[in-house]
Amino acid sequence: MCRLAAITSSDYFSPVENILALETMKEGHDGSGMGLILKGLGGEFEELKEYPVLSGICSKDGLKALDDYMNKLGFQLKYTWTPKTKPVTGIESRDYYFARVYDYPDVYKDRPVEDQEALLLNTRLALRRLGESDESIIIFTFYPDILALKEVGDPMQLGEFFGLDKSSLKAKIILAQGRQNTNYAINLYACHPFFIQGYGTMTNGENTAFIPIREFLSGRGFPGYIGYNSDSEVFCHILHYACKQLGYPLHYYKDIVTPLKAEEIDARPDSEAVRFLKMSLRPLCIDGPNCVIGFTPDGTCFMLQDAKKLRPGVVGGVKGKYGLMSEECGLDSAGSKRDRSTDVFPMKYDMVIVKPEAEEVTVWNQLSG
Amino acid sequence: MEPAERLDKNHELAVKDYPYIIRWRDDRCKRCGKCTAVCPMFSIEPSVIVQRELHSEGPTPEPKTVRRVTTIIKQTTEISKYCTGCGTCTLVCPNEAIEPEYNPQHKFTFHKNKGGHPYRRGGRRNDPTPSTLDTLRFSRISMLTDPALDAGRHEFRIRTYLGRILPAEELPVKVVKGKLEVDKKSGKFIPPVREIYPVMIGSMSIGALSPNMWEGLAMGVTYLNEVEGMPVVMCSGEGGMPQRLLKSRFMKYFIPQIASGYFGWDEIVRTIPHMVEDPCAIEIKYGQGAKPGDGGLLMAHKVLKLISEIRGVPMGVDLPSPPTHQTKYSIEEAVAKMIQSMSMAWGFRVPVYPKISGSHTAKAVLNNLVRNPYAAALSIDGDDGATGAAYNVSMDSMGHPIASNIRECYLDLVAQGKQNELPLIAAGGAGKKGNLAANAASLFMLGASCVSIGKYIMQAAAQCFGDEYNRCNVCNLGKCPRGITTQDPKLYRRLDPDKVAERVVEVYKSLDVELKKIFAPMGRSTELPIGMSDGISSVNPAVSERLKINFTC
Repeated sequence: MCRLAAITSSDYFSPVENILALETMKEGHDGSGMGLILKGLGGEFEELKEYPVLSGICSKDGLKALDDYMNKLGFQLKYTWTPKTKPVTGIESRDYYFARVYDYPDVYKDRPVEDQEALLLNTRLALRRLGESDESIIIFTFYPDILALKEVGDPMQLGEFFGLDKSSLKAKIILAQGRQNTNYAINLYACHPFFIQGYGTMTNGENTAFIPIREFLSGRGFPGYIGYNSDSEVFCHILHYACKQLGYPLHYYKDIVTPLKAEEIDARPDSEAVRFLKMSLRPLCIDGPNCVIGFTPDGTCFMLQDAKKLRPGVVGGVKGKYGLMSEECGLDSAGSKRDRSTDVFPMKYDMVIVKPEAEEVTVWNQLSG
Repeated sequence: MEPAERLDKNHELAVKDYPYIIRWRDDRCKRCGKCTAVCPMFSIEPSVIVQRELHSEGPTPEPKTVRRVTTIIKQTTEISKYCTGCGTCTLVCPNEAIEPEYNPQHKFTFHKNKGGHPYRRGGRRNDPTPSTLDTLRFSRISMLTDPALDAGRHEFRIRTYLGRILPAEELPVKVVKGKLEVDKKSGKFIPPVREIYPVMIGSMSIGALSPNMWEGLAMGVTYLNEVEGMPVVMCSGEGGMPQRLLKSRFMKYFIPQIASGYFGWDEIVRTIPHMVEDPCAIEIKYGQGAKPGDGGLLMAHKVLKLISEIRGVPMGVDLPSPPTHQTKYSIEEAVAKMIQSMSMAWGFRVPVYPKISGSHTAKAVLNNLVRNPYAAALSIDGDDGATGAAYNVSMDSMGHPIASNIRECYLDLVAQGKQNELPLIAAGGAGKKGNLAANAASLFMLGASCVSIGKYIMQAAAQCFGDEYNRCNVCNLGKCPRGITTQDPKLYRRLDPDKVAERVVEVYKSLDVELKKIFAPMGRSTELPIGMSDGISSVNPAVSERLKINFTC
């Protein structure tokens, strides 16, 4: 089972905390990769929050092609962060890991946010296509205040490899996933967490409804709904589709992926609308076993389970710092002196929502709406 | 001089020319006469022959020849009385003395056209080979990589939608205080949608079916809805419905069909103001998978009093429906108008969908319907469907299998991003070999939202004799030995409607369990696995390529 460790905090913290939590949850051989997505960046990035950050990996040739392409579009490089990698047995190093902060091309500087977001998305996709065949360019994210780091290997070793223990890299929300050992020879694009236009998710479990969901999303006519090297990428795109494209409040994500029965909907105050959602978004129903952890652009974090609650998942912490983990020992590792009796184990109807800045944990119950 | 052919019977057919040969055992027969009395075709008759026997009665052998007249059971070679192989004789024989045996060397189709009338029959395509559906396997099993679902303990929702579903982008909803509300002032037309069980009983008319059979099905469907909580629905077929059903609260479980003969619709239209419940939906029949290009055909033998009343026609006349609707001159206009007219008749509260025969042109119809906001679904009837009466040539040689037809239509919808908007109903072939749950699940995974069954339920609920070896198949003549497709009270009295209803319920309850047994290890429980094509595979590379599914070997 893939391990999930998300931490949301009002203060900046190091991704090492997430990695230690992953290590605590480790069972058996487990080294097919780790992904980190950081939101609300601190350190050197704190002053650069309004500028988009391009995260990825390049070969030497890929870097030149990337620079040429970004220059052609008029993006201006403002700052570059690269991890100080050191050789670690079992980790195959690639040429160039980076998070580069760009300023928008001049013509886009005063354009509406929607236009800027579209530009970033299209640029990310174009760069991906540019280096996909020979893996010379691998791009994870291109968005303000978001940084992604992914590589194949054991999470602890990867932390060492990237020198994260000595790095100033910090953030207020960090999602980390350690991949299960059933996924060898993976493409890094299959590595969680996934991100699109402000929305990020990671999941464990098998998405048995992957094909119908992928076909539905691919038919929405939105350029970002591509990829799907992992069956879990659709969870992120469903979130984006529900909240950004359709403009629904976050908790309707739960209604979409685990729809209620008709008679259960009748008891909801918004039953009329929920009934429509159940029908119109029928292909987006997941059938689990899945635990989904994610965040939205305002910094809200959440956890939900499939309709049968076939995966573990727990949320706990203190005001100002909460962990959302796939197992309780991960929470213990995350360190805060919490009251364990307040830990929340979301059941099949629950969606645990942690407010921005880790201010408060609420449990939204699907039955009562 | 006597012509030689009269003496040597040169122009007569031999029993060997017939598809079924009666095997009668003299030593077991007690001459009760039940078999000859029950034979619907009068293919067997009592006859007498003179037998030469050797007798010896004394203490030492003293054989004597005795000539004795004895009664036998004889199979006629008159082609109008051919043995259909139904086996009713075997069923009634107290001594297992008689049985029809299939004769693969028969030459029946060479001769069954006396008077220049082509062979007409009921039943299904005479093709005993397994259908494509029967060769598919469910091969993506999630039991080891992840916790599997438990068919016995977990909750499953095996339901589907019948009706046009609006895309989310067009839903009249708005956010008010953090909740979604339906915007009543939007004026947006919201098409009616029913939540139903995804396997419906397809269109078989009162007329094609006997009153007892139809009543049994209707009772079974009602019981499933009212007692078992399974929203199974049933289509009427062409020819109307009984007034008392039209005016009853049970109407919501039925789908009246309008076809090219419009039989029964005067009565239905006149009843609309008196209906207490809307029907589940309206089906407009444009084609039938078993006999593409042929209209409905109810032969005069079956047009007795009840049928003439329901259909509003004289008794004892053939009732052929035209092959196409006479008002139809283009799909763009006439079909759209017909869908709209039927919708309007019930105040746009009832889903209206067309049914067509499987065809290479199905995609053209589909694309037209996709752009018609009132079209509620498309039902496609494949060539393994059955019929009460048709020309043999239509049944055996015309049509399109359902598997690839439904798949290409679904993928066409996927390409347009509209696969959830217009449900596809797959008919014609589900359960051909008795594997209803497996066939239905395959059809869902190929893209069908719903499956419609006909001959399966006749076999499972009323023991229909018919098969792909042309057994029985005399539905057209009103001679159904089981009493399923006849209007002759002497025959349909044999069929107990309560028993039919009981079997319908049993069939659906077991189908439900079997579907769960398929869905559970594949990790699907909350919604139907519509389009979950990675779940199935074929051992035939050509099939897997055509259906765009996995190849396994």
